[in-house]
Amino acid sequence: MFEDTFLTIKGCKIRFRRHGTGPVVLYLHGANGVPKVQPFLFELAKSFDVIVPEHPGFGESDEPSWLENMQDLVYFYLDLMDQLHLEHVHVIGSSLGGWLAMELALRQPSRFSSLTLIGAAGIRIPEAQPGDIFLWSPEKAAQKTFKNPALVAWAIDNPLDQDTTLKNRHTCALLAWAPRLHNPMLAKWLHRLTMPVQLVWGEDDEIMPLPYAHALQKLISQSLLSVYPNCGHLPQVEKSEEFVELVTHFISKVAQS
Amino acid sequence: MKVMLFHLMSYADLDFEATKDYETVWLNLPNRFFDPVKCNALYNRYLDELESAEPLGFDGVAVNEHHQTAYGLMPSPIVMASALARRTKRVKIAILGSALPLREHPLTVAEEHAMIDVLSGGRLISGFVRGIGAEYHTFGLNPTISHDRFHEAHDLIVQAWTKPGPFAFTGHHYNHEYVNLWPRPFQQPHPPIWVPSQGSKETIDWAAHPDRRYTYLQTFSPAKVVGKYLKSYRDTAESFGYEASDSQLGWAVPIYVADTDERARQEAKKPFELFRNRLLKMPFEMLLPPGYSSRASLKGIMAAKASLTQELTLETAIDMGMVICGSPETVKDSITDYWNDLKFDNLLTMMHFGNLSQELTQNSMQLFAKKVLPQIQALQSQSMVEV
Repeated sequence: MFEDTFLTIKGCKIRFRRHGTGPVVLYLHGANGVPKVQPFLFELAKSFDVIVPEHPGFGESDEPSWLENMQDLVYFYLDLMDQLHLEHVHVIGSSLGGWLAMELALRQPSRFSSLTLIGAAGIRIPEAQPGDIFLWSPEKAAQKTFKNPALVAWAIDNPLDQDTTLKNRHTCALLAWAPRLHNPMLAKWLHRLTMPVQLVWGEDDEIMPLPYAHALQKLISQSLLSVYPNCGHLPQVEKSEEFVELVTHFISKVAQS
Repeated sequence: MKVMLFHLMSYADLDFEATKDYETVWLNLPNRFFDPVKCNALYNRYLDELESAEPLGFDGVAVNEHHQTAYGLMPSPIVMASALARRTKRVKIAILGSALPLREHPLTVAEEHAMIDVLSGGRLISGFVRGIGAEYHTFGLNPTISHDRFHEAHDLIVQAWTKPGPFAFTGHHYNHEYVNLWPRPFQQPHPPIWVPSQGSKETIDWAAHPDRRYTYLQTFSPAKVVGKYLKSYRDTAESFGYEASDSQLGWAVPIYVADTDERARQEAKKPFELFRNRLLKMPFEMLLPPGYSSRASLKGIMAAKASLTQELTLETAIDMGMVICGSPETVKDSITDYWNDLKFDNLLTMMHFGNLSQELTQNSMQLFAKKVLPQIQALQSQSMVEV
């Protein structure tokens, strides 16, 4: 079972879950937080020491007044890593969390052993407009997030409670409304990410469409890309088994080298 | 009571049939449905209507700001207010209002409003708004900082109008090394500031504060809601330790007058229902982006969502006091009753709505001016008389 507790970092209390042994894997969630520990995290915890925080402003974590943009979240996580003495971390970042992962690794590259970026936000390319997550109704958001109709139906039938939904949406807007889902100053420095990077994308991602994967692959020259057909924005949920196998292999290999 | 003519300048010539499958006329209705030749005629017609307010005896004219929509053709109310400043001599000119947070440099609002105030010899009423939710989508401006930017932009503008320049302004959102307004406003210390709103506790608390005492204008709402927020303003003023004057309160409401009640209802029905059910309609996520309203307000609005999105007939809207429509006698009595009940000193009449024709708009305005306006302008509360 995941240890489910709260952690206070310089006065900011966040929900914090941790389980497993082995190399440290830090999971950075996307716009909808991590209300529940999903099956892929349990699977990863069989091989790794998996850390699952909820970002400030999401879920049951505090909403500090200092949180105004992605940079603030980045420095918060560096504080968190200092407090937990994390020096060799494998990060898995999904969507907004993928953006956060790149920003973190650029600031202190030596502390990050590898990055796994899933449908990552963070850059903007003229060829593809990200989905307008802020204009979608909950039903449409579910349809745009998943390809599998059963998952769409499940997401529509099992919404988060209203308070959490509104809180998550607020913080997501705070971080990513404008510039929409990216930092215009990020792409030009991505060549400085020299650690192993695995990109994971759903072929049918309608939030960060596939051209973003190809753009990141070019910007981070050593990166590997795995694309899942019949899959939306969250391959870790929609193609859970394949994802776990791929990422377990990738991180284990990096950790052994 | 002061009575002003408030124009929204809707794109009345929209092909409502061809666009009926679009969810909304805001934000993403393709602009191939816009025809500049038709708009040329509409702009000139609407300005004629506003200019006629002066000889008809209105106390003022009013325009507003909305972006990328067939609901209203004034992305810049400043442009229309400038035109009106030259073509009128007596009436107040109200900009209701300029959407402060949408400006990258609110100092330009201070400048443009000061220009109109000087040009018109001190006839400007300066309205400050945040812009509606849809406009945060339009401008790509982060709605979570909307309130904060509004307050800071307000401070900058008022300081620019009142504080001797040059001075430096250091804010969280706006920074200027040299604030030194040329021209300064004609009115001293500055033009009256009005705050039009659909009603929120945050806005009322801010506008009613003793440092400001800005006129609060409740926009298109059922009379019950108007009553609730005007009362809330008075209560807030009282909690600050002063009594709000009627001149601090206003109501903007569509009005239509014809010879008889029956004829008025018949003529206003389609244009009003078009206004209410088509031009104002937009998806919830477009209207209320995250952070635009407090989460407490948002939850209240979500609970009332069904009634907000329900289509209304003219008859229901009349019963709800969202529109005043009928013979001159009916309209006069109705306004007098609302006034007795709510006590507001500013009535903003929206005498054009939806696609109401030029002929019907003019007829209604003339009847209103002749048979309603003098009587309601004479309405004056006891407290005002004593003062």
